[in-house]
Amino acid sequence: MSDVTVSQTQQALKKSKLQIALRKPGFVIGAIIIGLSAMLAIAPGVFAPYDPNLISYLEVKQPPSWAHPFGTDMLGRDSLSRVIWAYTVNMQMAILATVFAMSFGVFVGALVGYYRGIADQIFGRLVDAIITFPFLVLVIAVVAVLGPGLVNMYIAISVVGWVYYARLTRAEVIAQMGNDYASAGVVMGYSDRRIIFRHLLPNAITPVIVYWMTDMALAILLGSSLGYLGLGAQPPQAEWGVLIAEGRNFITTAWWLSLMPGIAIVITGLGFSLIGDGLADLLRPRT
Amino acid sequence: MASLQYIFKRLLLMIPTFFLVMVIIFLLVRFLPGDPAIAIAGDRASDADLEAIRNRLGLNEPMLVQFWLFISNTLQGDLGRSILMRAPVTDVIFERFPTTGFLTLYAVVLSLLIAGPLAFVAALNRGNSWDAAIRTVFQVGLSMPVFYIGLILLTFLAAQLRWFPVGGYGETFFVRLHHLFLPAMTVALYTSAIIMRNLRSSIIEVLDAEYVQFSRAKGLSNRIILGRHVLRNAMISTVTLLGLSIGSMMSGTLVTETVFAVPGMGRLMLEAIFARDYPLIQGLTLTFAVLVSVVFLLTDLFQSWLDPRMRLS
Repeated sequence: MSDVTVSQTQQALKKSKLQIALRKPGFVIGAIIIGLSAMLAIAPGVFAPYDPNLISYLEVKQPPSWAHPFGTDMLGRDSLSRVIWAYTVNMQMAILATVFAMSFGVFVGALVGYYRGIADQIFGRLVDAIITFPFLVLVIAVVAVLGPGLVNMYIAISVVGWVYYARLTRAEVIAQMGNDYASAGVVMGYSDRRIIFRHLLPNAITPVIVYWMTDMALAILLGSSLGYLGLGAQPPQAEWGVLIAEGRNFITTAWWLSLMPGIAIVITGLGFSLIGDGLADLLRPRT
Repeated sequence: MASLQYIFKRLLLMIPTFFLVMVIIFLLVRFLPGDPAIAIAGDRASDADLEAIRNRLGLNEPMLVQFWLFISNTLQGDLGRSILMRAPVTDVIFERFPTTGFLTLYAVVLSLLIAGPLAFVAALNRGNSWDAAIRTVFQVGLSMPVFYIGLILLTFLAAQLRWFPVGGYGETFFVRLHHLFLPAMTVALYTSAIIMRNLRSSIIEVLDAEYVQFSRAKGLSNRIILGRHVLRNAMISTVTLLGLSIGSMMSGTLVTETVFAVPGMGRLMLEAIFARDYPLIQGLTLTFAVLVSVVFLLTDLFQSWLDPRMRLS
């Protein structure tokens, strides 16, 4: 092998992961979708053509037109504006329903994975017990305890969801502990805290991040389902599930009311899963 | 012998799990807002009546005694009386269970019919446009909330085209198949999206395996290879996946029953929550947990029966 090819290979290896990612169409499309969704979520007022709560009894249940691309609802409110304003709530769901579950789950998972012993045994049985409940059944049971509403919904999803992060982190930490660098840390006399959080976790976190992306998509699906069932966001708040539920009674006469918010859910969910798939391809070491 | 031992160990592990399940349900229900005695007797009941109800339900006992009462009553099949239905919770659940069971099995059959052939087509055409098209459609399907799939089917196939009834539940088997087709299809579309993806990769894995390459080199026909090796291995992973997806299928059933007004356990659960019918919530949550763990157990047993390697680990 000549020197030229060696340096070329090294250069290829040095290429940043971002550059590789940008060549994957799925990842790029996902990133664009989520980027645009985030813009709509941060500044809905800039993009929405009308006030989402402006009631107009002269324009009730109008089909899609140039003036109202998504039509109007039973109170004459502009559907497009309501779908756009809902981005704020639904994108917030992706974050707030997952972040606390992830932080707590990673923390617990790292600890039980590192120390094992009796705490790990109890943790194992707790995981078994929680995955024995269908996810939605347990979440709505917790919502029943706390009462319907967005904040309670976030609490309910987090209370159930952390287990999945903890299980994943535990398995990864245990796998990482088989490596020489972990034993080296022990030999060097590093504190447990330093070994767990500075050495093991950074190496164990990759699958958790990938799962987080999928979980954000799931959080939007779950949040809108709870909104639809009347247990999440409450009307008149514009939220995709609530909007679909509002349109349900007029589904044969004003189909656009339920159809349009659903398309927003599908596109956003797709965006998160495409990013998740892209990251999984990118971060998982190829064998 | 080894297999009996395995079953025994597996059952033994279920005891602590179920103990924790009972603890979770007990704690959840204790935290429900409102006084259960008022929920049973109504706002205008006298203090003496309320006190009598509290005594009868053991609500004045210490927590641990209450927990013991809950466990021993449950083990004897007594889940209390539903406030909403004015009947024993076990009776109410037994009445609704066949509907949900039928719907779930129906959905399993439909999702296998959808995912199975498509996974084979995608795997055998790996990398070309057929594969890409099938995967894209299922990727979109995975991003659709169950209630939305249900509403679309309901609007177009039931309300517009009138091919199917918009709700309810038939009397005889075939009428029931027709009535529950759309709800089952809703759950199946969602479940098949989960199965398809994994089934495709497991088929590809088997196709690439050395023993399959060897069979090819030996000159065995494609049909024999697919039937003997690929199908058998694909079946193991599909059954495992279906078993593990039972929780999300139940979640899907809960939403679907609400969309299509199917009188099953899922819809009952929501009614119980809005009515704050705490004995019913408790009973239904427990029933769902029991169902899921029985399916998990059957999956494990089936897997160890099909794949002897599993028994060793």
